[in-house]
Amino acid sequence: MQGTEPALQVTDLTAGYGPVHALRRVSLTVPAGAVVTVLGGNGAGKSTLLRAVSRTLRFHGGAVVSGTVSCGGRPLDGLPPDRVVAAGVSQVPEGRQVFARMTVEDNLRAGALGRRADRAARAAALRRVHALFPVLADRARQPAGLLSGGEQQMLAVGRALMARPELLLLDEPSLGLAPLMAARIADAIREINGQGTAVLLVEQNAALALRLASRAYVLEVGEVTLAGPAAELAASDEVRRRYLGVVDEDAAADAARARTEHPALSRWDPAAPGPRPRDRRQETR
Amino acid sequence: MSTFAEFLINGVSLGSIYALIALGFVVIFRATEVVNFAHASLLLAGGYVTAVLHDNLGFWFALLAGVAGAALVGAAVEFLVMRRHRGGDHSVLAIVTIGVDILLATELTRRIGTDILALGDPWGDGVVTFGPVTVAQTRIAALLAAALLITAFLLAFRYTSWGVAMRAAAENQETAALMGIRLGRVSLGAWAVAGALAAVAALFLTVFPTPGLERGTALAALKAFPAAILGGLDSTTGALVGGLLVGVTESLATGYQSDLAFLGRGIGDLAPYLVMVVVLLIRPAGLLGTKELARV
Ligand SMILES: Nc1ncnc2c1ncn2[C@@H]1O[C@H](COP(=O)(O)OP(=O)(O)OP(=O)(O)O)[C@@H](O)[C@H]1O
Ligand SMILES: [Mg+2]
Repeated sequence: MQGTEPALQVTDLTAGYGPVHALRRVSLTVPAGAVVTVLGGNGAGKSTLLRAVSRTLRFHGGAVVSGTVSCGGRPLDGLPPDRVVAAGVSQVPEGRQVFARMTVEDNLRAGALGRRADRAARAAALRRVHALFPVLADRARQPAGLLSGGEQQMLAVGRALMARPELLLLDEPSLGLAPLMAARIADAIREINGQGTAVLLVEQNAALALRLASRAYVLEVGEVTLAGPAAELAASDEVRRRYLGVVDEDAAADAARARTEHPALSRWDPAAPGPRPRDRRQETR
Repeated sequence: MSTFAEFLINGVSLGSIYALIALGFVVIFRATEVVNFAHASLLLAGGYVTAVLHDNLGFWFALLAGVAGAALVGAAVEFLVMRRHRGGDHSVLAIVTIGVDILLATELTRRIGTDILALGDPWGDGVVTFGPVTVAQTRIAALLAAALLITAFLLAFRYTSWGVAMRAAAENQETAALMGIRLGRVSLGAWAVAGALAAVAALFLTVFPTPGLERGTALAALKAFPAAILGGLDSTTGALVGGLLVGVTESLATGYQSDLAFLGRGIGDLAPYLVMVVVLLIRPAGLLGTKELARV
């Protein structure tokens, strides 16, 4: 079956939160063994898409309205979350969500609960995670809440891998990480994929995501507006402007704004006119 | 001095029983975030089963049946009532448990009536003497049984898969579900365990020097509420500390009642609540209640 059936097939998926339709007729394919990315801004529906696959929308008061989701040819529609995990699909939630009061070790144990396995398989999964993220072995006895953000992300990914998934869903793994740490996570994703796990990567960091993925989708207000090979999307003007170029433009604009609004930041130019004292006077009136 | 030692030992013994009850209460709260106001009724149900069956089955089998019965009642409440409302508002669920409590308590008081039922325990009113200190056998048995059960529980909570699932679900239900943990099972397990612990507590609340199981037994069980609350509702260790604190205070206050006459009669029964109020004034989250353990 593997090799022919896609790791994930989403067809015409519509989902929402009560009256709010967060996804409209979204279709997408993750071929077996591939990395596919879904790009989109805040509120585009990326997390909703992953929750629809892992069947956890109900925790947010949401539900799938129509459409189908299947994994390796098996339909996941209507299953409870534990059956999705048992079917080989694990999700790393947005914002990591490690169990802060539990030790790193116990977090990893929790990750292994969803899939039946003998002792040997479980130990092998743990060895794999430790090889991928050695820091998790060093910090095994520490409460997960005391790890740094990057280490927590590693733990969240490692925890999902403990269920030995065939498909890994990642919700913005680079969120809030310094570039160096984001690059390390990216390396880890590449390695995980190299070991045969298909990956669906949801990201706002398009530069990072397009380097990892072979295929990409752009989601805007709940609809797929662009799809194609990652290299093609990376080269397209639309994506460059909206998801790649935008970072530099924003930074430049921010810098310019900062110079005029907060002249104190540019001490090397004391002659510059300062609007700030005037602002103060306005406030006191 | 020897009377003080006796009061203390009795207090610790009583406290360990409160701790058993409070532990079950905390387990349900952590697994489901629901405050279970039906806990005293679970306890009464367990005690009642033991009381009714001990003539025919003998004490030990009757106790086993009581434990199983209370676990079953707990599981049934979860399965028939709580499950329907899961994902609902936790304060609404807490009120639902009040309804369940009224239902169970009414039926049990109807059955018990004005009787005082013996549970057929093998200790009777025997005492053990250590030098000048005399302690009832039942108090020693209570202490040992509670210590054994609490240790077993804490070990299971810490080291077994059941414990890991329980703690994960307590921290974050959605993420636990993402791990493939079945929240329904976790919740069912919590109610069953709480029932089982309560049934053992029922035994030791009704043996010597208490005359036996009666309608009022549920009232005695209620003192475990302040124990759980002052320990910090979501802390298993807090339940133990709270239980002991309440037990010892009650025992000492009752023992020295005559010296405390200026506080009025029945200070022993009030003591648990007084301790709770004082503790909460100083530490609103309880002694060991959650202090968020997270880096920002
Ligand atoms: N619990 C909820 N109740 C109601 N509406 C929601 C809920 N969660 C999300 N939405 C709405 O659904 C839409 C999609 O949200 P979603 O979280 O999927 O976006 P996202 O692409 O993951 O955004 P971000 O990058 O900010 O995480 C948004 O319009 C959002 O307001
Ligand atoms: Mg999101």
